[in-house]
Amino acid sequence: MSEFTFIIVASALLTYLTRVGGHLILSRFGTLNSRVEAALNAVPAAVLTTLVAPTFFTHGWVETVALIIAGLAALRLPLLGMFAVGWVVIVVLRALSGA
Amino acid sequence: MSSSQFLAGARRSVPILISTAPFGLLYGAIAVDQGLSVWQASLMSLTIYAGASQLVGIDLFTKHTAAWLVIFSIFIVNLRHVLYSAAIGRRMERFSGAQKAIAFFFLIDPQFAETERHAEREGGVTFAWYMGLALPVYTLWNIETVVGAIFGKLIPHPESLGIDFLLPLYFLGLVMGFQMRPLWLPVVAVSGVVSVIALKTVGSPWHVSIGALAGVALAAAFGGKGKAA
Repeated sequence: MSEFTFIIVASALLTYLTRVGGHLILSRFGTLNSRVEAALNAVPAAVLTTLVAPTFFTHGWVETVALIIAGLAALRLPLLGMFAVGWVVIVVLRALSGA
Repeated sequence: MSSSQFLAGARRSVPILISTAPFGLLYGAIAVDQGLSVWQASLMSLTIYAGASQLVGIDLFTKHTAAWLVIFSIFIVNLRHVLYSAAIGRRMERFSGAQKAIAFFFLIDPQFAETERHAEREGGVTFAWYMGLALPVYTLWNIETVVGAIFGKLIPHPESLGIDFLLPLYFLGLVMGFQMRPLWLPVVAVSGVVSVIALKTVGSPWHVSIGALAGVALAAAFGGKGKAA
């Protein structure tokens, strides 16, 4: 096995471990108290926000404005509609700003 | 498996397919550009199945980083899955042990978010629905890896077409989909601000785990006491 194949296999096993690990740890505890429930309910917003935040805060005003407009669109539109609005806005703003 | 449930899940995969397609092609193109074979690029997509961490791994490996450090870095990028795993177990009460073991392999960001939203509306998910969502995404991700690896250089000016923006845009859409949950706005604000501070101080990829834990800790501190999801 080449070094890179070893890296891939080891990384795949560890990645799988991250995907089962949270459940395996939590399932040892039986019923969950309300604080743990509240924490788990916050997981989607908490984690996914960190994947958007660098683009929002550090990529420049074009990206920031496009995300704000898309975020407002998401209050009224379904996911694909919001997606279309955001895509159009970024293409137009980049064309206008020469980015 | 119920085929109607499988198809319902597959229908929910469409936005994921659109938003991740450029990322899959880009991954394949970068992998080959950095000196990987098409087979090596594919092996990563088939077994690790976590795009951001695959790119980090390739970047470090081609800089002749020690193997253990490459593996450790991929692990840290994927640490957020521990939180997904903990949260989503509650939605898998109807799964057998073997079904859970299979399902967790496919637990990528959009798989988690769409499953949570579906479970919120339907009170849980079936294995057929979950796999209906997962398999099209997994299949296309692996096809895109190969196509990107072979033809990646053919995409002209991806930035002016906004291609690089689609993934964060889609993640924003997922975040907005949870706006009815208790403490949503404070969690988003705290996770966002803390992750960017961590990005500037500690650096990537730690900002994801640090920002996420800040938001989850806020919810644990101020949530609870009979407030339902």
